[in-house]
Amino acid sequence: MQSKPEPALRLARADAPLRPEPPQPRLTDAGVERNPGTPLDLDLVRTLRVNRSAVERRAATIPTRRTVKKEWQAAWLLRAVSLIDLTTLAGDDTPGNVRRLCAKAARPVRGDLVAALGVEDLRLTVGAVCVYHAMVPTAVDALEGTGIPVAAVSTGFPAGLSPLEERVREIRASVAAGAKEIDIVITRGHVLTGNWQALYDEVRMFREACGDAHMKSILATGELATLGNVARASMVAMMAGSDFIKTSTGKEGVNATLPFSLVMVRMIREFYEATGFAVGYKPAGGIRSAKNALEYLYLMKDELGNRWLKPDLFRFGASSLLTDIERQLEHFVTGRYSAAHRHPMV
Amino acid sequence: MTSVREVFDTMEYGPAPESAKPAEQWLEQRNARFGHFIGGTWTKPSNTFEVINPATGKRIAAVSEGSATEVDAAVKAARKALPAWQALGGHGRARYLYALARAVQRNSRLLAVLESMDNGKSIRETRDIDVPLVARHFYHHAGWAQLMDTEFAGHHGAGVVGQIIPWNFPLLMMAWKVAPALAAGCTIVIKPAEFTPLTALVFGELAESVGLPAGVLNIVTGDGDTGAAIVAHDGVDKIAFTGSTEVGRIIRKATAGSGKKLSLELGGKSPFIVFDDADLDSVVEGVVDAIWFNQGQVCCAGSRLLAQEGIAERLYAKLRARMETLRLGSPLDKAVDMGAIVAPVQLERIRSLVDQGKTEGADFWQPSWACPTEGCFYPPTLFTNVQPSSSIAQVEIFGPVLVAMTFRTPSEAVALANNTPYGLAASVWSESINLALDIAPKIKAGVVWINSTNLFDAAAGFGGYRESGFGREGGREGMYEYLKKVGRAEERRSGRSSSRKAARASERPAARSRRAAELDDPDRGPLVDRTAKLFIGGKQARPDSGYSRRVVGANGRVLGEVGDGNRKDLRNAVEAAHGALAGWSKATGHNRAQILYYIAENLAARSTEFAARVGALTGGDGEAEVDACVRRLFTYGAWADKYDGQVHQVPLRGVALAMNEPIGVIGVAAPEEHPLLGLVSLVGPAIAVGNTVVAIPSERAPLAATDFYQVLETSDLPAGVINIVTGAKDALAKTLAEHDDVDAVWYFGSHEGVRAVELASAGNMKRTFAEWTTRDWLSPADGEGREFLREATQVKNIWIPYGE
Repeated sequence: MQSKPEPALRLARADAPLRPEPPQPRLTDAGVERNPGTPLDLDLVRTLRVNRSAVERRAATIPTRRTVKKEWQAAWLLRAVSLIDLTTLAGDDTPGNVRRLCAKAARPVRGDLVAALGVEDLRLTVGAVCVYHAMVPTAVDALEGTGIPVAAVSTGFPAGLSPLEERVREIRASVAAGAKEIDIVITRGHVLTGNWQALYDEVRMFREACGDAHMKSILATGELATLGNVARASMVAMMAGSDFIKTSTGKEGVNATLPFSLVMVRMIREFYEATGFAVGYKPAGGIRSAKNALEYLYLMKDELGNRWLKPDLFRFGASSLLTDIERQLEHFVTGRYSAAHRHPMV
Repeated sequence: MTSVREVFDTMEYGPAPESAKPAEQWLEQRNARFGHFIGGTWTKPSNTFEVINPATGKRIAAVSEGSATEVDAAVKAARKALPAWQALGGHGRARYLYALARAVQRNSRLLAVLESMDNGKSIRETRDIDVPLVARHFYHHAGWAQLMDTEFAGHHGAGVVGQIIPWNFPLLMMAWKVAPALAAGCTIVIKPAEFTPLTALVFGELAESVGLPAGVLNIVTGDGDTGAAIVAHDGVDKIAFTGSTEVGRIIRKATAGSGKKLSLELGGKSPFIVFDDADLDSVVEGVVDAIWFNQGQVCCAGSRLLAQEGIAERLYAKLRARMETLRLGSPLDKAVDMGAIVAPVQLERIRSLVDQGKTEGADFWQPSWACPTEGCFYPPTLFTNVQPSSSIAQVEIFGPVLVAMTFRTPSEAVALANNTPYGLAASVWSESINLALDIAPKIKAGVVWINSTNLFDAAAGFGGYRESGFGREGGREGMYEYLKKVGRAEERRSGRSSSRKAARASERPAARSRRAAELDDPDRGPLVDRTAKLFIGGKQARPDSGYSRRVVGANGRVLGEVGDGNRKDLRNAVEAAHGALAGWSKATGHNRAQILYYIAENLAARSTEFAARVGALTGGDGEAEVDACVRRLFTYGAWADKYDGQVHQVPLRGVALAMNEPIGVIGVAAPEEHPLLGLVSLVGPAIAVGNTVVAIPSERAPLAATDFYQVLETSDLPAGVINIVTGAKDALAKTLAEHDDVDAVWYFGSHEGVRAVELASAGNMKRTFAEWTTRDWLSPADGEGREFLREATQVKNIWIPYGE
């Protein structure tokens, strides 16, 4: 149940003039007011336009128009560490490897490097640890006292095709087990068949089940066929009350890419300008290099601004990324190229 | 020193400089003083001027100001190198072009850094756009050299070419000029812009290093005077120029009557049209690439934003937000979007035009961030609420200044887009393929980008309509700018001229053909008197002057009279031709073919009469001429539905359609020597591809043409497609050349007449096809074919990226 009344959706239509007054931003430096969702506006969903070639051209220049060097690169990489949802989502996960992951989450960068970088006071950790439901209790236990939230993938992850009531129940179970964040998956079929109402209802239901837990909606962009579908699914997911929208489960053929991200981020901006509610973004899957992570940060900064470079509005779904960042940080400190085995494994 | 800890909080971008050291060392090793590259050797630096880095204001080199003497030496070196270079053949030249492509790639960073230092453009652009396109151009043209014998059979290089290039894409423009010229077998004298000569000098060294034969490429540095010396030099066979329309006009005048081939790539005020169903976020990035690319110093910059009213305010808001995140700064910083303006004089020009825009009442907007005050920088600027009547909407600013206007309907968008003397490029944004592909052909521009902008490739021709110049660079169409048909180049040099031949013809005793004698048959009494009129808008019209001219036959007897047309008759004819243009240019090729065949049919039916007429006028074989006319009309009937465009393979997911479009209204002054065939040989190709024509027939022998309008009247030809005005040919041709609503003039007559036509054409930079040398009009090889069709069309490249 929603405690607040739903705000009227006042998104500008492609053919409508700009609204005379923009909505009150529900975003401060300190915190993000949760997106309560809006009614489903099908007219708006159907008028969203995405030109794939143009999006790809823009995405291709994001890595070439921006770069950070030296201190700036080190600082940005540390920021990237703080934005990682350190993830393990394997069939062979056990409490053993999940605890190892959690320990790494709490001390993601070697202490000597943290000292050399002069950032001990940050008490740097990753943004969250992301696991299957079965591993939630282990992770909650392992992270106790660190302040790092546990995120659970849910709703029949990764395909999301188990019975609806089971998917809802899974959310409730994970929340009950201590998960503070729920990464739901949408029914891709609703997007592919244009059944926006069904998609909206489903996500809305998941959001209610989440309660106070933050909900990240995984669109599985690699299975949505077109960038237009990615835009429409993003908008419907936000209308239905997502706190974050997220690209991928990591299990699709194509996972996070800059073009997908550009489209989703533009929809976040559209939604924010229309409603004042800031929705977060999480690219996931395939982000393995420090350089690639920085490219996402350029995109977020240039498209949405610095506010979207904080963990309450941006996360990477990744695991091996962290090791590469550590290697680059060590290179910055020592001037020598580093090796993966010099850093405690994830 | 900024600490990691601080940046962690601020998340600002820091400096990311590309090292200038290797480029500085390159300059130091040469004492930063340069001579010219002539005949394979470097001259001693002399009479030098300074080259300034516009981002810092510092002098980085001194180069020599080329005088007429040095230009002469360079032209002589090029002339000397020409025979061996042509004789080397396509494959041999392909090897050199390939070597140059590889050499550019091997030295890509030096070229990119030096270009950035010299011009002020960002290292990202020189590294990712300019230099890769340079290499691509040489690869592509290595291919044309290789294929020249088969793909351009019957052609050879135009000879020694003089090339004058601008400062906005110094090395890329050099590649666009040099690569096709070398491929075609031309030798070169090139002058880089005085602001930006350095990468051309590096390229000269690369040419040396790959062993390009001495004299094939000569580089003379200098300013406009040096350029003028190249243009004026009698030993140059072709001039290729990229730069302002103002200078282009001077060059057109200077080369008038010289017989030099000419291609001009001039200014623009290109429209950027946004329909209400466009992806507006992508449009915003398109605008960034259109007008803030290279600080807006791009001839084809999308500088006029035309937004559909309903979305205009939203688009402006998005644009302003995006402008706030653009980064401007040191061009060698790898994380800037915009670098420096090329020179203080250019910066001043931008400032004064912006001031004028404010004075004229447009709404001015710039982002809130501070623009550097040291060095030549100007921030991205947006004017909204701009009226077409304001100067910033009309004048090419050549800076990062966008002017925005709104439109209500697609047809109003087209009208606004075409409301300019220019016609270089256009960008059309809509998610409706029907709308985008409907609009693209309606815009008067040599390049139209759909849902994209500023895309370039060696395979797709680039060049303008109207006062944006003529000729194309890139693609097959670009190669023809550097080719001549075998036989024709030599003629200009030998000076064989039709006027001399015509003079001889008039001295020759009148030959009496039998048919001409029959016309005079005294047994039937005098012939029924006939009045030849002008033919305007499908109607026979009396001349405005009220005077007639006598027409004397080959036997020295008066054969009749024709109207003495004047400028008012031409004015009416041009208006009639314009009235017919919309319908005729859109008529299907099949439809136009049928009419051409029908004209041939009706001419053939009256062949005896026409043969007699031609015989009486010329004393030549009238039968052969009429037969050739029928064949020629068949030829162009055949071509009417076959002169297809091309689909270029450009490196993107999409296509570039090279469409052969009619030029518009063409003024045709027919040759003297074949009064009917000459006219038909020119009017035929012109109308076959959709132009309409104002034709001035042979001055001495116009009666065949006036008889011919009766054939036209019976052949379903729409009124105004062909208009015929008889009279004093050279005076009438000059009037047509001066007419700003005539799109091209073809003139076949005296050398003096060619000069007058080419000179007058500079007014609206119309294309000319003018010759004083003779053609064998009876021969299909010389009198018809693709050569004429190329002259009758202009290529529009429509880029269509796709993908959902």
